[in-house]
Amino acid sequence: MTELVDATRSAGAPDQAGARVGLEGLVRIYGATRALNGFSLTIEPGEFVALLGPSGCGKTTALRVLAGFERLDSGRVTVDGRDVSKISAQHRDMGMVFQSYSLFPNMNAINNVAFGLRMRRQHATQRRQKAAELLELVGLSDQATKYPHQMSGGQQQRVALARALAIEPRVLLLDEPLSALDAKVRGELRDQIRQLQQRLAITTVFVTHDQEEALSMADRVCVMSQGRAEQTATPAALYSRPTTPFVAEFVGISSRVPVTPVGGSVELFGQQCRVRSSDAPTPPGEVDALLRPEDVALTIDPTAKPFVTHKSFLGATTRLIVQVDGVPVRVDLRSDVAADIELGARVRPSVVSKDVLVATRTNRRDLTPE
Amino acid sequence: MASLIPDIVEDALVLDPVDSPRRRRLPRLRVWRAVVLFVAGAYFLIPIYAGLRFSLENDAGHLSLYAVKVIPSEPGFSAAFWLSMRLAVVTLALTLVLMVPTSVYVHLKFPRLRRVMDFVTVLPIVIPPIVLILGVLRAAPLWLRASPYLLSLVYVILSMPFVYRSLDAGLTAIDLKTLVEASRSLGGNWLNTLWRVVVPNLRSALLSATVLTLALVLGEFTMASLDLWTTLPVWIYQFQQVDAHVSTAVSMVSLVGTWLLITLIVSLDRSQSRRTRRRTNNS
Repeated sequence: MTELVDATRSAGAPDQAGARVGLEGLVRIYGATRALNGFSLTIEPGEFVALLGPSGCGKTTALRVLAGFERLDSGRVTVDGRDVSKISAQHRDMGMVFQSYSLFPNMNAINNVAFGLRMRRQHATQRRQKAAELLELVGLSDQATKYPHQMSGGQQQRVALARALAIEPRVLLLDEPLSALDAKVRGELRDQIRQLQQRLAITTVFVTHDQEEALSMADRVCVMSQGRAEQTATPAALYSRPTTPFVAEFVGISSRVPVTPVGGSVELFGQQCRVRSSDAPTPPGEVDALLRPEDVALTIDPTAKPFVTHKSFLGATTRLIVQVDGVPVRVDLRSDVAADIELGARVRPSVVSKDVLVATRTNRRDLTPE
Repeated sequence: MASLIPDIVEDALVLDPVDSPRRRRLPRLRVWRAVVLFVAGAYFLIPIYAGLRFSLENDAGHLSLYAVKVIPSEPGFSAAFWLSMRLAVVTLALTLVLMVPTSVYVHLKFPRLRRVMDFVTVLPIVIPPIVLILGVLRAAPLWLRASPYLLSLVYVILSMPFVYRSLDAGLTAIDLKTLVEASRSLGGNWLNTLWRVVVPNLRSALLSATVLTLALVLGEFTMASLDLWTTLPVWIYQFQQVDAHVSTAVSMVSLVGTWLLITLIVSLDRSQSRRTRRRTNNS
């Protein structure tokens, strides 16, 4: 513990407290539903990985399997190469922060933090001292004797974080810990969790459905769908180089534009664009190109057919919706550039990215809400 | 009553000065409430008053504490009293040891079984006590039939409807699953989790279950009588034929004693809550 706290005080000199975690071919079936359908992921020591996906994609089930709260139908969980699939949650040495406030209502903050140490039969004086250090670490040393009902949601989650860290976990599990908090507190706690994780170098798995949280906090993000990992990559790569249509549409905003593939390229807005290579082959037949709003540029051209239908000021950028042959295409421009383009103005769109992702055509034209 | 009605009307006028249907309804509602309260109070208090009056009268009809004073020295009273106390403690212990883990387990692992539990635990109310005790006496082994603690086993069944409902309400009020999982992830075994996390957060439910169980055991007559054990209620009934004043005095003392016990338990709970609040506020 002392090492743990010392590590926090000497930022930039993290100890290697984290473990390597392996989730191999996890399958979990509830009746007719396969919550996990061969989910695999390897997490390096000290890495912060976010599991991101829509409701029901299996991200919480994966975390609960890792924590030992759910049994597996097949697959295995390893920590530093050791199979822990059959080990109970009690003996896994994984600290967990839950979505709902999980502090024990009958204990004050310091006793909550010391609970794990008590279960490890540490001496009372020693555990109180360590619990106090942890509360100081999360900036709540003045709240030590407060009971959960006397603390705000943010304070409770910080105590829960201190409690999870107190046992010096090999893996820290965060199950949507920010979702019940208001925006301001969420932002503050997000930064605090990330800073602590980086200082302590604890392997961390963070479950969220909020892509902003995932992209801003994690070293790598694993986008899940239907019990599987769709793509695992750094936030930047995930956003700019999605390898599947699901990821392109779930992470960030994409517009679908019908195109016809010719060999390894497609014609889009009169340009020949390379189809982004991925593990999946280019789907046969009619396809759509998936375009990020920043991948499209506009030139004012009174002779062009496409025209601007909507304009939303977002601060540094302005989002325009351009009707191209009846298809709405979202375009983000710098606000000073967009100021020159009026509603209804005729514009000529062009693709600025070097390649585009294509997907089988659907009836949906614009999948991601603004 | 007569002086109450004008006050109520006046209050209603102050609260709602606008001439509205609500204003017209309010005094009538309050009068009706007062009537219901009066009738219910009379229903409960008149028999108690009559019992108290009778127990404080001697044969000549004069007020006297004689019947109360002689209670401890009456033959069989002490034995009956302590037997009831022992049965109450054993029943309470058995009920809580059996029902708390069961209720927690059902809530955690088989939430769909809660309906079944609701039905099963209400059966002791549906089945007449005489049927239950005769069945138990036929089925129980001889060594158990010879022990008064057979009654405790039966009382556990009788108290199930009240205890299960108290615990069920308490467990529904807390986020049991998350608390248990938090404890388990921190290294708590099942016993520690139950003892240090779940039970302290069921304090009110447990108190309610305790009060109801004690009240049931200390007042139960049919089972004890049919099993031929002289518990306090059985003794009261039997002694009525010897001295009705003393018997009624014991009923009154027993009523006050049970009420004091319940008050003590509830006030202990409240004082603990106050201490907790004060400790926190002072920090």
